[in-house]
Amino acid sequence: MSGRRKLAMLIGVLAALAAWAPFAGPFAILLITQALVLAIVAMSLDLLLGYTGLPSLGQAAYLGVGAYLTAILATRYGFGMDWSFWLVIVLGALAGAATAALFGLFAIRATGVYFLMITLALGMCVWGLAYRWNSLTGGDNGINLPGRPEFGIRLADDLTYFYVVFGFFVASLGALHVIVQSPFGRSLVGIRERELRMRVLGYNTWLHKYIAFVIAGGFGGLAGVLLAYKNGLVSPEDVILTTSVDVLLMVVLGGPGTLVGAALGSAVVVFLREYLSTLVHWWPYVLGGVYVLTILYLPGGLMGIPEHVRRWRLRSANH
Amino acid sequence: MTTASSGAPDRAPVLELRALSKSFGGLVAVENVTLQVYPGDRKAIIGPNGAGKTTLFNLVSGVLPCSAGQVLLFGRDVTRWPSHRRAALGMARTFQITSLFPKLTVLDNVLLAIGGLRRTKFVMWRSLASYRELQEKARRLLEGAGYWDRRDAEVRNLSHGEQRQIEIVLGLAGDPKVLLLDEPAAGLASGESREMAEFLKRLDPQLAIVLIEHDMDVVFDVVDHISVLHFGRVVEEGPAEQIRASEKVQEIYLGTG
Repeated sequence: MSGRRKLAMLIGVLAALAAWAPFAGPFAILLITQALVLAIVAMSLDLLLGYTGLPSLGQAAYLGVGAYLTAILATRYGFGMDWSFWLVIVLGALAGAATAALFGLFAIRATGVYFLMITLALGMCVWGLAYRWNSLTGGDNGINLPGRPEFGIRLADDLTYFYVVFGFFVASLGALHVIVQSPFGRSLVGIRERELRMRVLGYNTWLHKYIAFVIAGGFGGLAGVLLAYKNGLVSPEDVILTTSVDVLLMVVLGGPGTLVGAALGSAVVVFLREYLSTLVHWWPYVLGGVYVLTILYLPGGLMGIPEHVRRWRLRSANH
Repeated sequence: MTTASSGAPDRAPVLELRALSKSFGGLVAVENVTLQVYPGDRKAIIGPNGAGKTTLFNLVSGVLPCSAGQVLLFGRDVTRWPSHRRAALGMARTFQITSLFPKLTVLDNVLLAIGGLRRTKFVMWRSLASYRELQEKARRLLEGAGYWDRRDAEVRNLSHGEQRQIEIVLGLAGDPKVLLLDEPAAGLASGESREMAEFLKRLDPQLAIVLIEHDMDVVFDVVDHISVLHFGRVVEEGPAEQIRASEKVQEIYLGTG
């Protein structure tokens, strides 16, 4: 029953967001769109970190692959500016997945902090390519897109584009939710809890982790396509280490292993960053402080607060 | 030629170890261990701490690679196979140090164990809860072990004795034909280990069991054949009665050997 209540609450919040969007200011609507795009990446990382126990620090790489693919197709071939937008979405997800399939061959053999270091290094490789391969990526300047697609509906309108991204966000959340409830998703949790036991029980744990890694890469690539069209500019800034770190912290802040928490973390980080930076110049310290406090006092993240409160009440009731 | 002698049954062994060895650098942990296990066999491996018993299990189940020798499972050479493929052939094991999924419920633990040998483990588009047959099987296993009422308890909140029992339920979940039990009675009170022995005796008589155990009451109650391991080598083996009477074994256990 509690699961049904949570679902009702989630639907309520999402419906409220969709209904409120037309009344939000032009700046706010872009911020929400940004948060939703990064939420897709954060949720894909949660599949690895929260469910499988794999702390990837290179998730921006797949975002970057999707984004650069979109920009290159749009500027060189004019592809993806009409109904072919949908094809680019598919191609972006496939490119992200393919990159993860390659990187996974190196990364999945490692665990814990070694996994973290390898994914960080692989992510830096993508950043290096984006930064140095001038003829393809435009180097430091990046690539300017000719605009947003138009196919009956004009995505150039920020509100319309928000609804498209919102749709992809809901679909991603739904798809990932189905995956984590499936036998495959439960096997990932088993691997997180006790990998050796899983192997002895007959699971090829390498393969399960590899598949999860590829799926996460696919969602990263999808988010990259959406990000490229949103910003109209793709540059090495999008694939830099900071983006990967941000995404990791979104998951930790929101609560690993909850999916919704990753989205919540994304919203908090994006809004804190954008609003604080207009108010004070030392805003990174505030963000840093929030992270440190979360890790010290809220190991379950924001999504863990209700449980925390319940325990605290139980304890004070017993006294 | 109809009378099969007791020493050489006309059935094939389900598990066979041929001169199995393992060394860690200069330390020889397991040396030249040879063992044959037939369907329905109940065998024990005993020996003092550090004799190499758990290492032997790790070699048989593929957790550690062997240095030399062969492991045959149902006549197939599985020496270089990873653990999960050996499990798929029908071998299961439990662990001396409880290796459950601590933050998951009892039911989820058992569901993971049942799912290990099924193709459904790769299904992503359907919820695990919707698999009637898996849920039914988990129910049967948990009812058999007396844990159905506590299926929603997180395993980390169970007592040590209860966790030892769930450990065995997980071992049985894949319907193995060979079961390796690593000290199932470790840390149990004497009443509990008697229960454990009764439970083991009730298992399918066709199931082959190899048992590592320090509790001699459990060993003599459950098995009919014992191998004694000392410094990685089998120093004595035979029917339980013979081992019980062996002076050499007593020397090893009393520390004069």
